[in-house]
Amino acid sequence: MRTIAFQTDRHRTWRKFKNATMMGATVAATLATLVPLFLVLSYLVKQGLFGINWAFFTRLPRPVGEMGGGMGNAVLGTIELVGLASILAVPLGIGTGIYLSEPGHNGTATNVVRFAADVLMGVPSIVVGIFAYGVVVRPMGGFSALAGAFALATMMTPLVARTAEEALRLVPAELRESALALGIPRWRTSVSVVARTAARGIATGVLLALARIAGETAPLLFTAFGNQYWSTSLKQPIAALTVQVYTYAISPFEDWHRQAWAGALVLTAMVLLVEALVRLLSGRRLRVPR
Amino acid sequence: MVPKPAEKELILPSGGRFQATSLPAQGETRVAWKRLKSGLPLGQLFFDGFTTITALITLSLVLAISAVLAIEAAPALVRFKAGFLISTEWDPVSEQFGALPFIYGTVVSSFLALMVAAPLGIGVALCLSEMTPFWLSDILGFLVELLAAIPSVVYGLWGIFVLGPFLRDVVEPVLGHYLGLLPLFQGPRVGVSMLSAGAILAVMVVPYISAVCRDVFSAVPAGLREAAFALGATRWEVVRLAVLPYSISGIVGAIILGLGRALGETIAVAMVIGNRPVISASLFMPSTTLASAIANEFTEATSDIYVSALIELGLVLILVSLLINAIARLMIYKLTTQRFSQ
Repeated sequence: MRTIAFQTDRHRTWRKFKNATMMGATVAATLATLVPLFLVLSYLVKQGLFGINWAFFTRLPRPVGEMGGGMGNAVLGTIELVGLASILAVPLGIGTGIYLSEPGHNGTATNVVRFAADVLMGVPSIVVGIFAYGVVVRPMGGFSALAGAFALATMMTPLVARTAEEALRLVPAELRESALALGIPRWRTSVSVVARTAARGIATGVLLALARIAGETAPLLFTAFGNQYWSTSLKQPIAALTVQVYTYAISPFEDWHRQAWAGALVLTAMVLLVEALVRLLSGRRLRVPR
Repeated sequence: MVPKPAEKELILPSGGRFQATSLPAQGETRVAWKRLKSGLPLGQLFFDGFTTITALITLSLVLAISAVLAIEAAPALVRFKAGFLISTEWDPVSEQFGALPFIYGTVVSSFLALMVAAPLGIGVALCLSEMTPFWLSDILGFLVELLAAIPSVVYGLWGIFVLGPFLRDVVEPVLGHYLGLLPLFQGPRVGVSMLSAGAILAVMVVPYISAVCRDVFSAVPAGLREAAFALGATRWEVVRLAVLPYSISGIVGAIILGLGRALGETIAVAMVIGNRPVISASLFMPSTTLASAIANEFTEATSDIYVSALIELGLVLILVSLLINAIARLMIYKLTTQRFSQ
């Protein structure tokens, strides 16, 4: 008897040991994952902070060798591109989200659309750039803000669609049913009751998509192309913060590297602020698609 | 303009009207229902039309992207045929184009990234879903998701100026010293390399894998966990006996999804990998990938066939990533699909 008790004792210690090791490993994994986050952010602040001043937001880039200058045109360009993209993508995305969440649709059809939206989220961003190049740049005969916005909208649509769907699904079915029981027609129920209830969730989804899209570089490289000056027309190439940071980072000039860090800091701050805001607004209930 | 209700006439909020006499259900339900519907076909038509058309546009985007790429790549497809995929020569001057170095670089850099990111991502997800209390999971989960929110150009910038030099001066000498016998760890140390691309990709892919794994773990029925705990299992035993077996296909799906992200990542890789279309066994050597080559060379491509060859690289990339994403999504749906039932 004593031997058996001894063995189970040892066995128990072994099990506890294994438990502690494996669970400790998961904690170590989490910490290891967060290390790069702090490294990237702290280095970004350290390198970028002193490059940020009023001129950064208001001035044009200067040629190499001349001190000063800023990325005002790129900041404005990013805002323009993202704004234009959302004009296209928000109605498309919300429409698709409503279609996906509407009860009574053919199950296969909704599954196919949802699957397509999910797969679209996984399409490499550079490929979306080529798509916009073929559809907009080539027929229009040149790089333009419109082409850049088209590329961004293509990436934004599935994001908006899937968050809108998630938000609409969180509305209790009883709400829809009571509205229908009152004799309110289906479309009116969906628009004025269900969608209005989910409006906050849909809005956070749109914000999130905006933040993600603002950080994209690859689809803009040969659509919006970048511009050293203020652009005056949507049919012209336009500067974007991401493209500007990219160009400056791979240049051999010390001066431009400093500007790149400042630009990257502004970009990251914008994106992370929106991301944090989205989290605060949506809480734990709204799942973010990926 | 609201029409004046006639005597004994009922007006619904919908605007549908019907006579009180037609209300009794006996045998007349269908008639009443018909009138209700015919009360406002326009709103419903517009609503259905709008949502269906937007859904169709979203659906067709995937097909349109593939079709446009195929059309644009047609000249290269016709000229190089299947040889494009196995040729290692990439010479814009003599207009010889082969995709193998790019395919090789893409596969190896993604594989490197997954070797690190898959265990880390699963570990993070286990920690957040099985170990930490809710409030802490929320905070840590938020921080991990921030990793996915940082723009890739920022990762690239950090890779050029911080990670690359660090790998060159600290990690590569150590690897070369202890594992230098392997061809993987031989060669000059230049700072831009397959290794830095793999490392930066690993950082970028972890949040995707961990987030999907978390969703998958949360789909494990509570009863399974509780039963294991009731038998006296430790936390790890619960994970091994209840959580992992149930969610294995979802974990694989998450890893494949991460692979899809790694294959398609463009800017960060283009900034750190060195862009040299040569197959080399050493991880210390510069390399290139399908996506980064397009980003680097597209605007410099001078001849039509050059552009077309680059787009064919994109075609290879999208076909592979569509396949990978489709497989991964289906594997994940299988586990989390009850979320979508009405």
